[in-house]
Amino acid sequence: MSNEPKATPDITSSTVPFWRNPEKRGVIFQIAVLLLVLGIGYVLFSNTQANLKRQSIATGFSFLHNEAGFEIGESVIDYSAADTYARALLAGALNTLKVSFIGIILTTLLGVVVGIARLSHNWIVSRLAGGFIEVMQNIPVLLQLFFWYSIFYEAFPAPRQALNPLPGVFLCNRGLIFAVPEAHPAHTPMLWALVAAVILWWLLARWARKRQDLTGQIFPVVRSGLGLCLLLPALVWLAYGAPTAMDIPVLRGFNFRGGMAVTPEFSALLIGLVLYTSAFVAEIVRAGIQSVSRGQIEAAMSIGLRPGQVLHLVVLPQALRVIIPPLTSQMLNLTKNSSLAIAIGFADFVSVANTTINQTGQAIEGVALIMAVYLFFSLSTSFFMNWYNKKMAIVER
Amino acid sequence: MKLVKIVALMMCLSLLPAGLAFAGKDLDAVKKKGFIQAGVNGGVFGFGMPDEKGVWKGLDVDTARAIAAAIFGDASKVKFTPLTAQQRFTALQSGEIDVLTRNATRTLTRETQLGLNFVHVNYYDGQGFLVPKKLGVKSAKELDGATVCVLPGTTTEQNAADFFRSNNMKWKPVVIENTTELAKTFFAGRCDVLTSDASQLAGTRAVAPNPKDYVILPEIISKEPLAPAVRHGDDQFRDIVDFSVLAMINAEELGINSKNVDQMLKSKNPAIKRFLGVIPGNGKALGLDEKWAYNIIKQVGNYGEVFDRNVGPKTTLGLERGLNALWTNGGLMYSPPFK
Repeated sequence: MSNEPKATPDITSSTVPFWRNPEKRGVIFQIAVLLLVLGIGYVLFSNTQANLKRQSIATGFSFLHNEAGFEIGESVIDYSAADTYARALLAGALNTLKVSFIGIILTTLLGVVVGIARLSHNWIVSRLAGGFIEVMQNIPVLLQLFFWYSIFYEAFPAPRQALNPLPGVFLCNRGLIFAVPEAHPAHTPMLWALVAAVILWWLLARWARKRQDLTGQIFPVVRSGLGLCLLLPALVWLAYGAPTAMDIPVLRGFNFRGGMAVTPEFSALLIGLVLYTSAFVAEIVRAGIQSVSRGQIEAAMSIGLRPGQVLHLVVLPQALRVIIPPLTSQMLNLTKNSSLAIAIGFADFVSVANTTINQTGQAIEGVALIMAVYLFFSLSTSFFMNWYNKKMAIVER
Repeated sequence: MKLVKIVALMMCLSLLPAGLAFAGKDLDAVKKKGFIQAGVNGGVFGFGMPDEKGVWKGLDVDTARAIAAAIFGDASKVKFTPLTAQQRFTALQSGEIDVLTRNATRTLTRETQLGLNFVHVNYYDGQGFLVPKKLGVKSAKELDGATVCVLPGTTTEQNAADFFRSNNMKWKPVVIENTTELAKTFFAGRCDVLTSDASQLAGTRAVAPNPKDYVILPEIISKEPLAPAVRHGDDQFRDIVDFSVLAMINAEELGINSKNVDQMLKSKNPAIKRFLGVIPGNGKALGLDEKWAYNIIKQVGNYGEVFDRNVGPKTTLGLERGLNALWTNGGLMYSPPFK
């Protein structure tokens, strides 16, 4: 054993030259490609720098610390013209996040409903869904945005003649303004109670599944979960002496003060994006459901499941495999389309970044930021959806 | 879409070999292609807007025509690119247009950080506020809490922020990129106030469904010297653009207009003779035909004619000369000697 010649390593190291060795060759090529990419990158970068310098266009990111000097119509965080460009851009990014996040949730809900309706045996329901899909898919989203926005500012009266459908709720061309509970120390514990309720809901669902596996008995998880979410915060609220003071909007000067407002710009953008994208989602859902073979549905019906249960327990779990990947791409579309916001005056990230570019003249930095932010949104969306897809994938037992 | 333009700018800046791209080539490029590409406003009545027949009209449009007349001896050798406030500087930086004649305010940062050169002012303006009469507002100081329509990426946007901040007033901006769409939104009552350069407000009011229902408030909160701009890097081209604007002012000073310019060729006045190229020199200095100024005045007119035709008291805009009168009439329009 010990004096056996070590044939293989000897051949590679001594008789085969390194350029014939696939492994080493691979490494060399990798390095070569990397150098090439870096080289091209360097040439592009230095060329850009040189050209910018000759045209004496300012470069660098130091402008982010300067005072922005422009106002933003609405923002999730506190922002004023005295803040920096960095904060203005953050406010814009959060606005994009807000409209995309709410938009994605509503689009998914509406898309699933319309997609299922499209397959309904009821002629009118399926034709209505079909009509909705055709109309929404075929009108450019920008036109839809203009349409919804013009409805808001054309159809509703000026603040002084605001509609007052419910006490504390006003509807005018400045948006929907409604009363909210006045700030009170009870609110933070109520929020925590809600979080606790959601956690309890999740635990309850786990327990119910286990019990069903063991005994076959079904527990009304959704109903009791929703009940918990209402009950726990309500208990906390009572414990704090049931504060009922409201921050009621009042008309002062030009506009309503107090309460909360949903602006026409935000609403128009949200409605436009949701209706447009949900038409595509509906088609994806329809295709996904149709991909489930008829036999599955018949088998499910033959063991006595109700139509809702057939959909929920048999059809959707299989259809989701087909639905999720294109659904992800529609979610990304919605996020990207939200950049049309500038057309109707909603201060999304692109709008704020463009104003920044315009005022500082630093287009390259601005576009780099736009790319980075959208890359981040897109990657996190697809990361989450891939995780969900894996979770939904049919587990073979 | 403006993103495409910005990406185009980046491609230009990164792919063109350093040292070759722009230096002193603007005039050559313009002469080679045979026309000027001018960036103008697409929707401001009196400054840059196509009429019903699609013919471009306006003070800024005529300024671009004057430059074409100077270079080619033909005022029609110009093509117009309508640009929004947000697109305009990028379009110039990236070389999509040769010259920007689009009521842009000359500022320090634009002149330096943006890599642009502004030339002589072709309209002295200031920012004002347009409000519906029925609001009963008499002064801009009463606008606390107002919703204000404003164009994004403008000096206006920052001035408004400054004005409200320095007067301790709250406001909400509604920022829409398209001038026409912004005006529509204002007329529909989405905003209480529209703020912009006073000349633009007059232009907007002129196209209002009912112009008499709107009033421009007395306060002018800023200086807005509106001037054409070119890229850094071609001084000769800059000079030509500059003196094309000045030629119109100088002609008015000398009493030369499009009607009498042919008789003026026979004038004994050496200043007029030099100006119209009867005594040669000015044209050669600029690298142009000696008839360059004659062509501008013959084909486009002097500053007063251009002003009266586009924005003056007899037009729908009805603007007075004010600051834009000749210095001899108490205004700011003053041309250096043409010698």
